Amino acid sequence: MSRVTLALLATLIVLGATSFAAGAQGASPVNEQTVYDIATQLRCVVCQNLSVADSPSEMASQMRGIIRERLAAGESPAQVQRYFVDRYGEWILLSPPRRGFNLLVWLLPLAAVVVGLAAAATLIWRWSHRTRGARPAPAAVDAAMSERIRRELERES
Amino acid sequence: MKRLWRWLIPLAAIPVLALLAYGFRVSPRDIPSPLVGRPAPAFVLATLEGAPLSLESHRGKVVVVNFWASWCYPACYEEAPVLERNWRGYRERGVVVMGLDIQDKRDAAQKFVGDFGLTFPVAQDLKGTVSVDYGVYGVPETFFVDRQGRIRVKHVGAVTDDVFKTTVDRLLTEPATP
Repeated sequence: MSRVTLALLATLIVLGATSFAAGAQGASPVNEQTVYDIATQLRCVVCQNLSVADSPSEMASQMRGIIRERLAAGESPAQVQRYFVDRYGEWILLSPPRRGFNLLVWLLPLAAVVVGLAAAATLIWRWSHRTRGARPAPAAVDAAMSERIRRELERES
Repeated sequence: MKRLWRWLIPLAAIPVLALLAYGFRVSPRDIPSPLVGRPAPAFVLATLEGAPLSLESHRGKVVVVNFWASWCYPACYEEAPVLERNWRGYRERGVVVMGLDIQDKRDAAQKFVGDFGLTFPVAQDLKGTVSVDYGVYGVPETFFVDRQGRIRVKHVGAVTDDVFKTTVDRLLTEPATP
């Protein structure tokens, strides 16, 4: 056996051993934080307003298992999310992606705030100007009217 | 200017009312499945008797994939006799009914099958992988797969004789190859 083959063999053994060690030690090589992060973005399908991360339901726990398995199989978090969207539609995402028609959901509240502020500013400006400038002068009561009021008051008392 | 404002405020309410009118008419429970029209996800499970059950082995037939659970009362209890009756009526004509039991205990599933005398193949989807592959929200949900292996109809809730017959009859008239 030549030296080169020996060296190659040694390298192979070392590589095999390290990869075996990595595999054995990482029986769950999946980062639980990543599983959690993906699960928080998915809607629990059997609940109302709960994410897959927060729901105690069996369906949600099975979904967390599926997330873990897909990550373990080497999928990226984006691919795992894509898998769920393919099956359930965008409905499964707790926050709709910021594009297309969905942008309305993100932009309308902002637009409403801008419009509201503008309306409030206009009204405040108008009110403050009306009270300062164009306060209507008290209507002049003519002599006949004041005479009549005086007489009626006297009659009352 | 004053007149314009008097009209503008009620007019601004119209889009909001239209949105509400639309929103309240749509049932939050019917969510369109993106899978309708797409190839039915393949699966291999073991039936309660231990025989392999796969969709692939029934290619060319109309397959009715029914997701159920023994705790799903009353809908699953209503549809079990319907599925059994129609399976018996259609099995000679190239129709397969398969029951996939989800989130359930084996004993409870076996009791359910026994109580209703179900003779079509029933398997448990223990890890929920098949139900998520089919985008199942709850039980019962039934997928009608055509002879080319595509999901054509997703039925949420108990299957009735009428739904079964009209859907399966329509799919049977279609050819097995495109």
